[in-house]
Amino acid sequence: MAFAYTPGLRVAPSTLVRKERRLPLAGETLVGTGDPVIAETIVATTHLPGNVKMLNIANVMGLPPGDIHELLFVAEGDVIEENQTLGQTKGLFGLFKNTVRSPIHGVFESYNKITGQAVLREPPIPVEIDAYLKGTVTEVLENEGVIVETNATYVQGIFGIGGETRGELKVLTDGPADELTEELIDESCKGKVLLGGSFVSYETLNKAIKTGVKAIIVGGFDDKDLKKFLGYDLGVAITGHEKKGITLILTEGFGRMTMAHGTFKLLRSREGMLASVNGATQIRAGVMRPEVVIPLEKAEVSKDTEKQAGAMDIGSPVRCIRAPYFGKLGTVEALPAELMVLDSEAKVRVLNVKFENGEIATVPRANVELIEE
Amino acid sequence: MAGKEITRIMATDCGSTTTKAILIEKKDGEYRLIRRGEAPTTVEAPAEDVTKGVLNAVGEIEDLEGRKFLKEGGDGVQVSSDSTDGVDIYMSTSSAGGGLQMTVAGVVKSMTGESAQRAALGAGAIVMDVVASNDGRLPHEKVADIRRLRPDMILLSGGIDGGTIDHVVELAEIIKAADPKPRFGMGYKLPVIYAGNKDASEEVSKELGEQVELKIVDNLRPVLERENLTPARDSIHELFMEHVMAQAPGYPRLMDWAGHYVDGKWEKVPIMPTPGAVGKLIEIVAKNEGIEVMGVDIGGATTDVFSVFNSGEETVFNRTVSANLGMSYSVSNVLASAGFDNVMRWVPFHMDEADLRNRIRNKMIRPTTIPQMLKELVVEQAIAREALRLALVQHKELATGLKGVSQERTIGDAFEQTQTGATLVNMMTLDLLIGSGGVLSHAPRRSQAALMVIDAFLPEGITMLAVDSIFMMPQLGVLSEVLPEAATEVFDKDCLIRLGTCVAPAGENKKAAVLAEVHITKQDGSSLDISIEKGKIFVEPMDVGKKVTAVIKPAKNLDVGNGPGIEWQGELEGGVVGIVFDGRGRRPFNLPEDDSRRVEKLQEWSEALDIYPERFINLEGGE
Repeated sequence: MAFAYTPGLRVAPSTLVRKERRLPLAGETLVGTGDPVIAETIVATTHLPGNVKMLNIANVMGLPPGDIHELLFVAEGDVIEENQTLGQTKGLFGLFKNTVRSPIHGVFESYNKITGQAVLREPPIPVEIDAYLKGTVTEVLENEGVIVETNATYVQGIFGIGGETRGELKVLTDGPADELTEELIDESCKGKVLLGGSFVSYETLNKAIKTGVKAIIVGGFDDKDLKKFLGYDLGVAITGHEKKGITLILTEGFGRMTMAHGTFKLLRSREGMLASVNGATQIRAGVMRPEVVIPLEKAEVSKDTEKQAGAMDIGSPVRCIRAPYFGKLGTVEALPAELMVLDSEAKVRVLNVKFENGEIATVPRANVELIEE
Repeated sequence: MAGKEITRIMATDCGSTTTKAILIEKKDGEYRLIRRGEAPTTVEAPAEDVTKGVLNAVGEIEDLEGRKFLKEGGDGVQVSSDSTDGVDIYMSTSSAGGGLQMTVAGVVKSMTGESAQRAALGAGAIVMDVVASNDGRLPHEKVADIRRLRPDMILLSGGIDGGTIDHVVELAEIIKAADPKPRFGMGYKLPVIYAGNKDASEEVSKELGEQVELKIVDNLRPVLERENLTPARDSIHELFMEHVMAQAPGYPRLMDWAGHYVDGKWEKVPIMPTPGAVGKLIEIVAKNEGIEVMGVDIGGATTDVFSVFNSGEETVFNRTVSANLGMSYSVSNVLASAGFDNVMRWVPFHMDEADLRNRIRNKMIRPTTIPQMLKELVVEQAIAREALRLALVQHKELATGLKGVSQERTIGDAFEQTQTGATLVNMMTLDLLIGSGGVLSHAPRRSQAALMVIDAFLPEGITMLAVDSIFMMPQLGVLSEVLPEAATEVFDKDCLIRLGTCVAPAGENKKAAVLAEVHITKQDGSSLDISIEKGKIFVEPMDVGKKVTAVIKPAKNLDVGNGPGIEWQGELEGGVVGIVFDGRGRRPFNLPEDDSRRVEKLQEWSEALDIYPERFINLEGGE
């Protein structure tokens, strides 16, 4: 085989990014095809059914559930106000009456004669979906949402936490090998998406949250810090819903890891631009990786800046993704067809990789990933 | 079978991590494995097409064999009707999909919610979320969570029969509102199983019937005191095969590729789910040899355990899928479930916990990597022991029912079961234990696979150990559907590698320094006396297929198969490792608590079975 297939993450200076923005349930779309949008533009809105409050009226009145109906002052479907009297017992000679009042403003939805339970529903909750990206609406999904497209710099991370956010990209470290330390974060970082180098610690992350940083993009993070940060041990990598006040995107992996030079260089060249980021990660088939999307002005757009993904050949830039060369970058020197015996005594297909310092090492083909620069 | 005899077979298994291809040919009247090839599975971006991995794996066979097996332009495997080129038949199995991920729903979180969770877990799912009327979330939050998690399937329960309807319907409303989009496939309906209050079935049907692939089964909690999980579980398995797997990217094409010509007409061979194919093969083995068999297949995302045990007059087949125990996608979950200390007890050097955690996480986020260094292999095999151990625990809990009878569990029964161990899994009567899956089949030394299986499963008495040589049980399972004789022949000759018999006295006798005395008579008439000393494990080399007669006298209270202290007579069979005499104890089996003593013991056992190279003794933590 002249080349081998290997997985890789997308790092594209300029590409067409297409995002589906869907409501959680049917509603109204507020923009039309061809409309320009910015990240904050509300593109669709809907009302979700309000929260339900259960109230056991029979218990409050101290009567069998079947006896309650005639004592209610409201009917199913009536609008009710907070503190409004919903029903009252007849009392003894007109005295000692038990009164049931509504704890909420909303609708008296139903009363169950068997359980004595009433369902009170709060007013519908408005839900709005924004465009997430600066771009153009290219399609309207009737009552559901829209498709927004933009030409953008697109960088996929390997793992992230936290959901969608956005901010101006600010570079905090001198190079991809430097740690993003606490001292580097000051008031100027508020509302920004920070680009760090090789590592961010738990302490730095917390300082960033206090400062009001929107997101951090770095090479690596410690798993023990992740556990401390989340408050639980992540079993299966499904993330994105954490509400920690920040989105974290790792480009390389766990531990202290120099960010790929190309990734760092590309993102640094976009400093000051507005970045939309999403930490949501799902590692399984149909994988979802975290992303950084930086919409470009039209003048900057050049098509086909991406290489064909997946094809590895002599000279392809690769990154080692397992010990003992984890994180090291180099180019493919040779792709021998025969199986080789490793230190672990396993007999596998390998490749020779030439590192940036000129050193050549043999690594299993499974342990490298293509860098698409 | 009508038509030309099939003599050249190409079969692939698309695992969650690796796609494996095998070439089988009939030569000199017998079917044999000719070549194998493998490549990373390509369901992920950028390929997002399972067939790419198939092409790469078959391409590797082409490279190694110097023949063509793929169509020009890479549009599938070349299957000919007249033996001119390519192969006579192509078939495949698949577990690509990263395991089954479910959201379950119940009215009260600690009641029907939990029952639903048990049903889903029992069916081998990862339960991503338990939605309940009283889970503290606002309805729109529930809606958002269901959408975000993109489950492969939803199990909706709630209400005992005759109980609440409204709450159940409300849950159905939430699911309807969520309208979750499955991970794969556009325009395909999400499978939803309803196993709640039967009186609410009609309402639920009204709510969801149009929108999802709704299947209504018996209530999994018909009354408060009793669970009835089997119908829901069976239904989960069925829908997973039919709907979820078939949506993996590239599947429709793969389905078109698999087939052969019968009398000049193209006939498709259905893609079989990997666990189903392996289970089929295990059942065939048990039936053909009339023995109790257990098989384990440890993959990247899931670990499957299969067993055939006798229960009275019946033989009962059981299968469990531990969807959250695996060596790549689910590897972090193994560490989370087993705990750091349980993993590290198998490692004879010290490692910083933070370092280990990072390594495991990196394996999780880059699932296709393999250990290059010996030290990494040792750690990976330690994790495998724990994944296997936990998978067996789950299997024991579930393999309790009788064939054809619903596995019903009352609260009282559950209590009884733990008291009396009513599981069908009996490690003492087990005859054959087969290990499969990358970490076992690809272990650089067969003895590593033997010790991993022994440490994790703790077989008792006399048990034959085997591994799937190159991880081809799935392909042979699907082959057995079309050509049973070819499957059996290749299984015996090329797939099943008999590691040897493990002899392990079980039971407690604190005073005994020797757990059993063994008198062996070889085929040439010579004899040998062996003492199984407490705390030791050793191997008596004996080639594959060779048998010796043995008389084993266990010490007081110890059992090797005939009861405590009762002598056992029979044949012991060799294997590539030999006969393993394990005096480390069963019920209980304990590793020394003292750390240096534990390390010393691990090294001693490694040396006794020649598990790792000598430099293993000097390995240290860190890089």
